[in-house]
Order: sequence, then structure tokens, then C-alpha cells
Amino acid sequence: MRALQELLGASKVLGTRDELLVYEYDGAVDTATPDAVALPESTADVALLAKYCHEHDVPIVPRGAGTGLSGGAIPVEGGVVVSFARMARILEIDVPNMRAVVQPGVINLHLENATAPYGLHFVPDPSSQKACTLGGNVAENSGGPHTLAYGVTTNHVTGLEIVLSDGSVVRLGGKAIETEGYDLVGAFVGSEGTLGLVTEATVKLTPLPEEKRTLMAAFATMDDASETVSAIIGAGIVPSAIEMMDQLATQAVEASVHAGYPLDAGGILLVEVDGARDGLDESRARIEAICREHGARTIRVAASALERERLWAGRKGAFAAMGRLSPDYYVQDGVIPRTRLPEILRLVKEAGERHGVRIANVFHAGDGNIHPLIMFDLRNGPEELDRAKEASIDILTACIEAGGSLTGEHGVGMEKNCYMPLQFAPADLAAMRRVKESFDPAGLMNPGKIFPTPSRCREFSLAATR
Amino acid sequence: MTTSFLPYPNADAPSEELISRCVHCGLCLPSCPTFAVLGVETDSPRGRIRLMKTVWEGRVSADAPSFEKHIGQCLDCRACETACPSGVEYGKLVEAARSQILAVRRPSAIERAIRTAAFDWLLPHRRVLAAFATLSVAAKRAKMPTLLRASRLHAGRRLAEMLELLPERATAERMETVVPAQGARRGTVALFAGCVMGSVFGDTNRATARVLARNGVEVHVTRPQTCCGALHAHAGERDRARALARRNIAAFEGLAVEAIIVNAAGCGAAMKEYGWLLKDDPAWAARATAFAARVRDATEYLGDLGLREPPGPVRVRAVYDDPCHLLHGQRVQAQPRALLAAIPGLDLAPLAEADMCCGSAGTYNVTQPELARALLERKVANIQRSGAELVVTANPGCLMQIQAGLRRAGSTARVVHLIDLLDESYRAG
Repeated sequence: MRALQELLGASKVLGTRDELLVYEYDGAVDTATPDAVALPESTADVALLAKYCHEHDVPIVPRGAGTGLSGGAIPVEGGVVVSFARMARILEIDVPNMRAVVQPGVINLHLENATAPYGLHFVPDPSSQKACTLGGNVAENSGGPHTLAYGVTTNHVTGLEIVLSDGSVVRLGGKAIETEGYDLVGAFVGSEGTLGLVTEATVKLTPLPEEKRTLMAAFATMDDASETVSAIIGAGIVPSAIEMMDQLATQAVEASVHAGYPLDAGGILLVEVDGARDGLDESRARIEAICREHGARTIRVAASALERERLWAGRKGAFAAMGRLSPDYYVQDGVIPRTRLPEILRLVKEAGERHGVRIANVFHAGDGNIHPLIMFDLRNGPEELDRAKEASIDILTACIEAGGSLTGEHGVGMEKNCYMPLQFAPADLAAMRRVKESFDPAGLMNPGKIFPTPSRCREFSLAATR
Repeated sequence: MTTSFLPYPNADAPSEELISRCVHCGLCLPSCPTFAVLGVETDSPRGRIRLMKTVWEGRVSADAPSFEKHIGQCLDCRACETACPSGVEYGKLVEAARSQILAVRRPSAIERAIRTAAFDWLLPHRRVLAAFATLSVAAKRAKMPTLLRASRLHAGRRLAEMLELLPERATAERMETVVPAQGARRGTVALFAGCVMGSVFGDTNRATARVLARNGVEVHVTRPQTCCGALHAHAGERDRARALARRNIAAFEGLAVEAIIVNAAGCGAAMKEYGWLLKDDPAWAARATAFAARVRDATEYLGDLGLREPPGPVRVRAVYDDPCHLLHGQRVQAQPRALLAAIPGLDLAPLAEADMCCGSAGTYNVTQPELARALLERKVANIQRSGAELVVTANPGCLMQIQAGLRRAGSTARVVHLIDLLDESYRAG
């Protein structure tokens, strides 16, 4: 730590015990205490730090706002946590080319606020967008409710500046939509900090839609709501977002946000269409009709921007509102073909009953990206967490068997790395590992993430073989 | 190395139940002024709650200097409560943590003397405070701060900064006991005079009574009332705060009024929580809850009641800066804006970061001058960008802090309490 302070300056390094304890967590469940925390203020600082760590064989773990949901920012093998909180400047808003150049610590919502006056926005809007950073979005290839029509982060990043593990600084891509050679920007987006450290990103800005129509429909059951989702998309309508929430989640949200969701509904859909004004009301009317055909008991259309914001505030605050139901929760992020939603939701419910844990559901129904929130209370002992994990494994196995995947947008991190063999054959994982090794031969960049590690995954592989 | 970790010393400890509401999602971080300035987790609400939790877990000592440092650097502005979807009551937690730090730390003789002077002699005794305020304002007007700065002593500079916060004139309040409603009576209220409000901003108290009376509200002023104890509670002095709360409850509970009107946001927020402060005192808990239920901020009460008399025109570009303990502590946001909208000619401009603390935060600008100054400069820059000539707020600390900041930046913009502005507007009309 003293060496790092000499290298970067005392104000940029934290190392006392108490200071380190508050970098042992993120938005998820796993914890591990770092050996030091660095707060770089420039790319040069990051490069110096990487070079030092490379020479001394010290792991590096990047951290944005620490809102992640897969343990991505947790230093599971010790080392230095690099917080990007002080690299939070928007460097350029290039209106004619519709690009923004940002430092990794810029908060997603701050970018949205800065570009709105030009009629532009950065599309990915994770539910944590009030706090989460662009660097974190790039690392996790984050999504958000509006990925249904517009894609995830990787579809909105055209250039990156990266510090590699030996301290070299490389620039990949730029403002152009395509560059020659390998698509290394694509390789870095979603690499969860395991290939290098993003110190600057060039992102696409998209014109704000001319208008939006947002409606909330309440159903008696989750089955009715799920079937409505398939029917809407089957009718050839592509909403910008379709979100779903069950009764438990609705009740937690209403206690904090007062979004106006009916408390007695078994399932709630939030549907938004946007684009040119012409035709929007027809789409909205067709969606309303489909909802009614599938038994919607209440339908509310946001009459103003304020009402729309309130409907969305409920959805976006849903995970965080879980504190009202339970002190700890485990969020899963499985993806399935959306036609299988009713069946998967039943399996989720059964998994909860089997392992004796309460599960709330809040998720991107249009994408088939489910988010079961598995509740437990660590104060009652570690076996509660074990039961939550067992329920998770059942749910994720069901997702993969249904032709889906382990994670839609939260990343693999140290939460699902043991489950990777459920989805990938040994040869697939070996190919991915070779990519990692070509950028980070010493294995210092966010170790213990994405790939199964023998020490932490032994128990899981034993359980799987049983 | 053997280390023994000191646990929380008494029942005022930050409750594990309240701590367990925090799911460490991080949504509070951008709302936290100290996180915005320092960028470190230890100076974020989530980090501070974690530190409180680690004391329960026996991983950090209740008397650890770093625990005291980071809990002490919190403004207690409660912006994180507004941001929190899980409803974590952070203000209660941080005040509880401070009470524990105070109990284990054993302040020096000098600090104990300062605490006794400020918390026991000055704040609860309006006449003493008024004399002190008059003397301080006189010292300020006699160019004392310039002299103090010239002394080049650290203490001198600190004292100069404190004096510079004061307004140009301190007015103690001398009020009759009942101000009758004008026209048909629409309500009957009691006015909480406050310590700083009563001894420095006496004009604002009189204006509050005038504006209420003009809108058909009868205003009672009861004598035995005292300081609300908010500053005591913020500084961890819970027993001193409780003693004051009991005196106020006794002073007001016999009055047949529908509301207790407070024109200082910090006091109102504290008084709305008397029920919590005295929850473990069986003789007072119910009385405290009943008292708290009647407390209303002046702008909240008037905004909800609606102005009967239209105010006269005030033609100026203005911004409204939310006092933290009104917006975050009491969740009063719409009513002050509705009152401002009723003033003809007022050009109300948006103010960036109006929901972020100005750095005043009770005694914070005295105890943490560097962070307070960073936040004040940020506030002043936002005000200057808005082009406003008038800054409206509703709390004495914010008034003094922002006015001092603007003066230092060479701005001629004036800072005014919303109630004073309404009063001026009525006089103009």
C-alpha cells in the first residue's frame, strides 16, 4: 500500500482496515476484502498502477459504482480494487456524429441528462441507471428495460481506450461504426474486467423518440400476463419495453414508490411503445385490446410524462425495494425463449417451495430475461444462503434446458462462474480462456470471474455429479 | 497483534433492524454530497451504514478514529433517504452512531466545556443567545473578521469564517401571545419560535405570524418553549435533545391548536421525530408522538391551506433551493413551489442540484469547514449559472451559509426566507 501511495500520491490510495471493509461488497451477495483501493484520476494513473501490479503479481479488480449483481467488483483473490469514482468526466458530446466520449466513472443518468438538451440519449438504461457507471455498463454489457427494441450496451459502444495488464494503453475502434480487423471492442464489452481496464469509452447516441406511450396492465395471474407478452410480439408489434412484475414485488415497490400498481394483481405488465407520433396510438390501442383479450383487469395509460416516470420509477426501484421484504436477496438473471415464460415461472415457483425460500419476480418479459429475487436472511445462519443458491441452480438449469442462458445482463462474475459448465462444453470454455490469456497472460485482471475456479467450484461440481 | 473491538456502549446504538433494510444496492451514492466531493465509499451512505454494521459484527471498534471520522463527515442531510427505494431511515442511524461515538470517546476538557456552553447555556436560553448574537454581529460589523484573519492564526481564521456567516443585523423576536386571524378564521396554530430563529431571525418569526394571520390563521405564541434540540441530536447529544424535547412537549400540549408551525426546516424535521427520540421513555413516548403529529413547516401548512389573499408582485429572477431537512427530512417539495408560483412577476428559474446540501447542515460548516466550503462553492456556482438575483430558501442555516458564499464570490444576489418573501410581497401588493 505504501508503495502504491508513493506511486500515485497518498490521496489516491486507501489502505486502512476500516476503509477496505467498505469495498468488500457490491449490489449482490458475495464479499471479499481488498488489500488496497486505488482511486485513479487519469489514464496515466491507471497505467502506472497496472504496470506496478504486473511487476509485483498483484490482482486488479475494477469497480464502478458497486451496483453490480454478480460480484464483478469483488476482489475474490485479493489485490487492488480500482475505483473509477474520480474519473467521471464527459469528455465530448459530438452532436453531428451522435457520439459521446466519456470516462468510465460517468454515471449513466448523468450522460442521459447531458445529452437530452440535444435531443439525444445513450439507450441502455439499467434499473440502477441513477447510480451505475458507463465503465460498469461496458464491463457487464448491461441491458435495461429498453433492450427489447434497441439492444444492449455492446450495440452502443464504438470505441474504447484500454489499459492492459502490463500497463500499455491501447485504443480500439473509434467514432466510426465499423473498423477493420478484429472486433476487439466487441470482445471487451461484457468482458467483466477480465481482459483489461476501460479508461475511456466512445458511445453511440440515439435520437430521443418523438413520443412514447406507456401502459400498465394488471392480470389475475402471471400465466395470463406471460401469454399476453407472446401475443403482443406475435401480433407484429415491437414495443420498446415489456416488463413484468409479480404480486410480491408489486407490494414491495408500492410501499416505497407509490407507482400506482394495483396490490391485488397476480401479475403486472408495463408496456411502452415509442417512435414517430404517427401510428403510436394505433399500436397502443392494439396492445390494450390484446391485454383485455387475455383477461387484463385494469389498464392504465400514462397521461403525462410525470405519470410515465412514476410507472417506471416503480419498476426501476424494484430490486432495491426488496429491503422492505428481506435483508438479503439473490437475483438471478436467466434468459429463456419468451414463449416458455409461463412454464419457467411455474418452475421458479416450485424451486422456491422445494427449498423453502420466498421468490419475487421482476423482469424483462419481452426479452425472456427473468430476474427471480430469492430472499433470505443471513442473520439466521449460512444455511439460508445455501438454500437460496440451491434454488438458483434449479432455476438456471431449467433456463438452459429450455434453450436459454445463465445471464442476460448482470454478468457471470463470481456468482455464476461455477455454473458455466452447465451451458458450455469444455472446448467452448477453453476457447474463451485463450482469449483471456492473450490479453492477460499473467491472469491478474479480475481473477476468479467468469471461468470456474477449482477452489470455489469444487462443491458445485460434486453436487452436479450427484 | 491482538485488537479488541469495542462494541456499541448503550441502547441508543444504530439498530440492527434499521441497518438490515439496506440491501447495499448503491442507488444512494450519487445523492450523497460527501460522496460527490470525495468519491470514496467510506463517505457514502452505503459505506457508513456498512461501518455501523461492522461494529455490530465486531470487525470495527466503536471508538475507531476512522469510524468517528467518516460518521463525523456526514452532513446528516438525508438526501440518501429520498434516493433509497428500501426506505432506509439513514438520519436515525447516523444520529444513533454519533451518540455511541460520543459515549465511548471521552471528549477533552475543552471540548466538554464548549459542548456545555453551546448546548446547555446558549441554545436553550433565548436571551443569552440573543445577546451573544447581537455581540457577534457587532463584532462582525466592526471588521473583526479582517483583524482575525490578519492574526494569521488558524483559530483566528476559523472564527472569522464563523462571524462572516452572520447576517448584517440580528433581530430578537418580541411577540404578543396571540396574533388574531384577519377576516374569517380558517385555522388556529401555535408558532414555534426556535432558538436561532427567535434570537437572530426574529423578523422572520413576526413575518410568519403576519402572513398566517393575513390568510385567516390565528397564531399563538407560548413562552415556556425552548430550542428544539436538533443540533444536540445531530451532534450525538441524545439525552440533552430529549430534555429539550420534553420541555417543548409540555409547553405546547395544553394548547388547543391544530398545528405547531415551524419556520426552520431543521427544527421541524427534528420535532416531527420527537416520537422516535422518546420512544423508550414510557412516560413521554405517547405525548411525544402526539406532539410530533401536529408539527408542520410554515410553507407546508400555508401551501396545503392555500393562500386566501393574493400576494403583490415581486419582479425578479429567483431560484428556490430546497433545505435538506424540508425536502429530504420532511418530504415537503410541492408546497413551497406552489407558494412561489402564487407571487405575480416572480421569474422562477430552475436551479441545478437544488436538492443537494449547501454545506451548512447545522453546525457542519463549523465542524467540517473544508467539506462545507467545497459544497458551498458548488452551490454558489449553480446559483450564478441560473442568473438569479434572489435565492429563496426556508431554513436559517441555509440562509446564512448561502448568503456568505455569494458575498465571498462577489455576487450581489440576495438570499431570503420564503415566508419573508411572501411578507414583502404582501406589503408590496
